[in-house]
Formats: sequence, structure tokens, C-alpha cells
Amino acid sequence: MTQPLLAEYFPILVFLAIAGGIALAMVGGSLLLARQKPNAEKLSAYECGFEPFDDTRRRFDVRFYLVAILFIIFDLEVAFLFPWAVSLGGIGWFGFLSMIAFLGVLTVGFIYEWRKGALDWE
Amino acid sequence: MIAALAFYLFAAILIASAVMVVTARNPVHSVLFLILAFFNAAALFLIAGAEFLAMILVIVYVGAVAVLFLFVVMMLDIDFARLREGFQRYAPIGAIIGGILFLELLLVLSGWSFADQADDLRLSPNPGASVTNAAALGRILYTDYVYLFQLAGLILLVAMIGAIVLTHRERAGTKRQDIAVQVARSGSVVLEEVPVGAGIKALGIRRPPEPEAEPPKVTHDAHHGGHH
Repeated sequence: MTQPLLAEYFPILVFLAIAGGIALAMVGGSLLLARQKPNAEKLSAYECGFEPFDDTRRRFDVRFYLVAILFIIFDLEVAFLFPWAVSLGGIGWFGFLSMIAFLGVLTVGFIYEWRKGALDWE
Repeated sequence: MIAALAFYLFAAILIASAVMVVTARNPVHSVLFLILAFFNAAALFLIAGAEFLAMILVIVYVGAVAVLFLFVVMMLDIDFARLREGFQRYAPIGAIIGGILFLELLLVLSGWSFADQADDLRLSPNPGASVTNAAALGRILYTDYVYLFQLAGLILLVAMIGAIVLTHRERAGTKRQDIAVQVARSGSVVLEEVPVGAGIKALGIRRPPEPEAEPPKVTHDAHHGGHH
């Protein structure tokens, strides 16, 4: 191992191997042992008494998309905060103010979306 | 040894799931394979020593971008039959473009060689294992690369405003509470003292006009509604 930090992740690798093994054993076991009678009707969508009208996938409202994209932006903002918080002792006032300016720019956007009503559902 | 084995395992799953993203018939399955690809890429980052990037990949790409992709897939009304219609026609052009790109990559990678003193020429040398990933990034990102950092902030601002401008619209029939208007209002709504038993009609207080002569049941309903 070249990286010392990899040793700390070894339990996760073990966990992944065990989880994959269990999943494989369950699916593979039922595949090998159970009686197989494949039928197209078994996989089709069931609606009581009539043929399904349309696809199960429904078109979503575009408002979900707006919420998701606003979430991504603030998610990234938080991602930038992590290294800043860790190294704040070493980067001095300049680093501090640089992050404050970054947050200020995004706060302008936040106020814009608030005033615009993009955060309200109805 | 274990790291090499894990590298090949994750790289193989990554490539396989990337192929499945392109070839899966159902776009929702494509997105799920994309999530698997993201996880494997995060594992590769981890093996390369980029711990922070690996975690950010999981948080941002799996947690947010993949969900966004799912929404986009759900929003588009995709007709699979129509989508595959032009495959035969466009296959040669696609193959030619892909082949050219592949050749270019091959030429670049075959002629690639590192300079001997490449490590010393780095603008920001690797601080070594004593510093964590996040701390090493934080040391230079907010000071040495402040312009790029602020540029990232501006790009996020543009994305935010662009998404709102493109998708947000006022819907007919929705009612919003405007507190400033509510508080500033005076005169149009007045509290009046009404003697008990007089009835508001006798006092001449404006109320919704009663409907024309109709069957008595309907006028009773309108009268009832007027009090509320």
C-alpha cells in the first residue's frame, strides 16, 4: 500500500466484499434452486381489470427541477466551506474575507430567489 | 497488492457501468448505472489518495447531480421507438467521429512522457501525507487561487439566476401572503360596532349582492355564505 490513508478504508472494502457476497448468494441461490417459470405477464404492470393506460413513468412538474438545481448550488457552497474551515488557521484574514465575498455573492442569489418566490411551492 | 486488486475491480465496474449508461434501454436504468459509475470513480479517487475529492464526488454527484438527472429523465417525455429510429442513418457518422477521437487519444497517450523534474516544477507541490486532503486544498484555494474561487461563486450565481429565470413562473390561481400589504392596509377594512340584534343589513354595511330571485334553497345558501 502506497497511501497510508488507504489502510483506514480497508474495513469498508471488507464490508463491500461481504455485502456483495451476500447479495450474490441470495440472487444466485434463488436462481439456482427455485423453480423458474418465466412469463411476460409476471413482469408487466398490474392494474385491476383493464390494460394499463400509459407508462408508469409520469412527467414531473418542472418545479421539482428548480428545487433540485437550487439544492445543488447550495450543496456546492457547503462543499467549498469544508476545506476553508479546516485550514482557516493558516490562511489568515485574506482567506477569511475571500470566503466571505464568495458567500456574499451567493447570498445575493439567495435573496433574489427568495424575493422572486422560487422557494415557495404555491 | 490489495490496492492494485481493488483498483482493477473498481475500474472494471466503472467501465462496465459506463457502457451500460449508454446502452441501457430505459433511461432511468441509465441514471442508476451512472450512480454506480460515480461510486466507482469515487473509489478510484480514494485509491489515488484524493480523499476529499472522493467524498465530494459522492456528496455532490450522487447526492445532487444524479437526482437532477433523474428529474430531467422524468420530465422529458421520451418515446423510445422514435429515439431509435435514426440509429441506422447516424451510425456511420457517429462511428467516424468516435474513431477520430479515439485515434487522437491514442496519439496523445502514446507520445506522452513525463519530464524528469516534473515534480519539482509543480506550482503547488504535494505537501505530503502529514496534511489531510481538505487542509491541503484549503491552504491554496482561498488565497493563491482566489480569482478562480470567486469565479466559481459567480458561476454558481449565474446558474441560480438562470434556473429561476428559465423555470419559475407565476401560476394563475395561486394566492401569496404579502405581509407588507397586509400590515399597511387601513381604511378598506374597518371594525364596526354593531348593536346586538340589529343585523348588518339594517345598518347598511356593504355585503355581496344577493342573487336574483331563484328557488329559495339557493338564496339561502348565498345568504349563509354572506355571513362568513
